[in-house]
Amino acid sequence: MEKLINEFSIGLFFWQLVLFIGLVLLLRKFAWKPILDAVEKREDGIKDALDSAEKAKLEMTNLQADNEKLLKEARAEREAMLKEARDIKNNTIETAKGEAQEQANKIIEQAQAAIESEKKAAMEELKNHVASLSLEIAEKVVRTELSNKGKQLELVETMLAEKTSK
Amino acid sequence: MQNIISRKTICLFFLMVTAFSFAKEEKHEGEGDIKTEIKEYINHHLLDTHDFSLTSYTTDAGEHKYIGFPLPVILWDNGLKVFSSSKFHHGESVAEVNGDYYALYHNKVYKTDAAGTIDLDDHHHPTNVKPIDFSITKNVFTIFLVGLFMFVMFSRMAKKYKTGSMPKGMGRFLEPIILYIRDDIAVPNIGVKKYKRYMPYLLTVFFFIWIINLLGLTPLGVNVTNNIAVTLALALITYFLTTFTANKNYWGHIFWMPGVPTPMKIILAPIELLGTIIKPFSLMIRLYANITAGHIVLMSIIGLMFIFKNWIGSSLSFGLAFALSLLELLVAALQAYIFTMLSALYFGSAVEEHHDDH
Repeated sequence: MEKLINEFSIGLFFWQLVLFIGLVLLLRKFAWKPILDAVEKREDGIKDALDSAEKAKLEMTNLQADNEKLLKEARAEREAMLKEARDIKNNTIETAKGEAQEQANKIIEQAQAAIESEKKAAMEELKNHVASLSLEIAEKVVRTELSNKGKQLELVETMLAEKTSK
Repeated sequence: MQNIISRKTICLFFLMVTAFSFAKEEKHEGEGDIKTEIKEYINHHLLDTHDFSLTSYTTDAGEHKYIGFPLPVILWDNGLKVFSSSKFHHGESVAEVNGDYYALYHNKVYKTDAAGTIDLDDHHHPTNVKPIDFSITKNVFTIFLVGLFMFVMFSRMAKKYKTGSMPKGMGRFLEPIILYIRDDIAVPNIGVKKYKRYMPYLLTVFFFIWIINLLGLTPLGVNVTNNIAVTLALALITYFLTTFTANKNYWGHIFWMPGVPTPMKIILAPIELLGTIIKPFSLMIRLYANITAGHIVLMSIIGLMFIFKNWIGSSLSFGLAFALSLLELLVAALQAYIFTMLSALYFGSAVEEHHDDH
C-alpha cells in the first residue's frame, strides 16, 4: 500500500483526468452520437421494412380471401341465374302447355258443338226426310189400303213413333 | 482465413521483438548479477519515466546509450518550470532551471542542490522537497497519443455513416463491438430509458482501456494501466457519474433502506455509504492489479530465457511466454470489458426506478 501511494503520480492523474474527460466529450460529439444515431436509424429502417413487408403479406392474404369470396359469390350468382332460367323455361313450357291444352279443349268443344249442331241439323233433316218419306209411304199405303182406313192409319202412326224414337 | 493467419503472425512478431529488445538489454551484463538486473529491469519497466526510450544498451566503453526521445518536464515549484527531460540525461545528471536544481531519483523529480544530493531517511525514502510534477511523462504522452488515435479513428468511422447506413472499413470491425456494448452491457444494466446518457462514457472507457492494454503488450514498453493514478482517474469518473446522476431511489436505498427494521436501517446506512466508495475502489485496484501482475509474470518468464542460457530451458520459457502473451491479449480485452460492465452496473443502480416488490 505504501508502495502504491509512493508510486502515485499526481501529474499522471491530472493529465489522465483532463484527457479522458476531453476525449469523452469530443468523441460524444464527433463519433458516438453520429455512429449510434446512424445505427439506430438503420435499425429503425430495417424494422419498418420488415413491418411493411408483414403488412403487405397480410394485405395479400386479405386480397386473396376477397378474391376467393368474390369468386364464390360469382359462382353462386351464376348458379342462381341458371336456376332462374331453368325455372322460367319450365314455367314457359308449363304455361304454353296449359294454353295449348285450353286451346285444344276449346277447339274440341267447338268441334263437339259443331258436331252437335250438325247432328241436330242432320236429325232435323232426317226427320223431315223421314216425314216426307213417311208421307210418301203413307200416300202409297193410303192408296193401296184405303179399305181399312182406321186400322191402317193406326199402323202408320205406330210405325212413325217407332221411327222417331229410334 | 488469411486475416487470422496474418493477425497471428503479427502477434508472434511483437512477442519476438519484445524478447529481442529485452535480450539486447542484457547482452553485455555480467552473468552473476543477471537476476538482480532482470528484477531491476522489470521494476523499471513498471514505472513511469520522463523520456520516451524504447530501449537502451551499453557501449563497449561502458557508456549507456538510449534509443528514444526526451519529453517536456513541467514542474510547479514556486512558479511553473518547463524544461526538456534531456537535461536529466536519464537520471545521470542534475537539471538546473533558473537557479533551482532538480534530480531524478527512482524516476521521481526531487529538488536538490548543484551536486544533486538526495538525503535518504531510515526507510530509504528521500527527504528532499518534491515539486508537483505535471510533466508530460512517457505515460502521459502515450495516453494523449491513444486519445488522438481514438478521436481520428472514431470520427472517421462516424463520417462514413453519412454517405451510407452500412459500416465501411474499420467500422465493420468496430460496429459489432459498439453494438455489443450497447445491447449487452448498457441496455441490460442501465435500462432502455436511460442508457443513452452513459453510452459515450462506456464506449470511450472500453476502447481506451482496451487499446492502452494492448499497447502495453507491444515492445514499445509503455505501460499505462498499471499506474494507480490512471485507474484512479477512471474509477473516479465512474464514481462521480454514478453519484451525480443518481436518483432519489438510489439515495433512499443508501441512507434509509426500505423494508428492514429501523435499527437495521441505522446500521446499514454507513455500510451502504462505504459501499459506494468501495465499488469504484475495487474498479481501480482490479484493473491496476491485473495488468501489473500480467506484466510482471510475462517479463519474468521472458527473463528466465536469459537465466537458463541453455537450449531446452530457454525454448521452454519462450513457449510459456508465448502462451502467456496470448492469455494477456485476452486479459487486455477482458479487463476493459469488466471495467465497462461494472461501470454500467453502478450507473444502472443509480438510475433504477422504484420497485414495490421489496
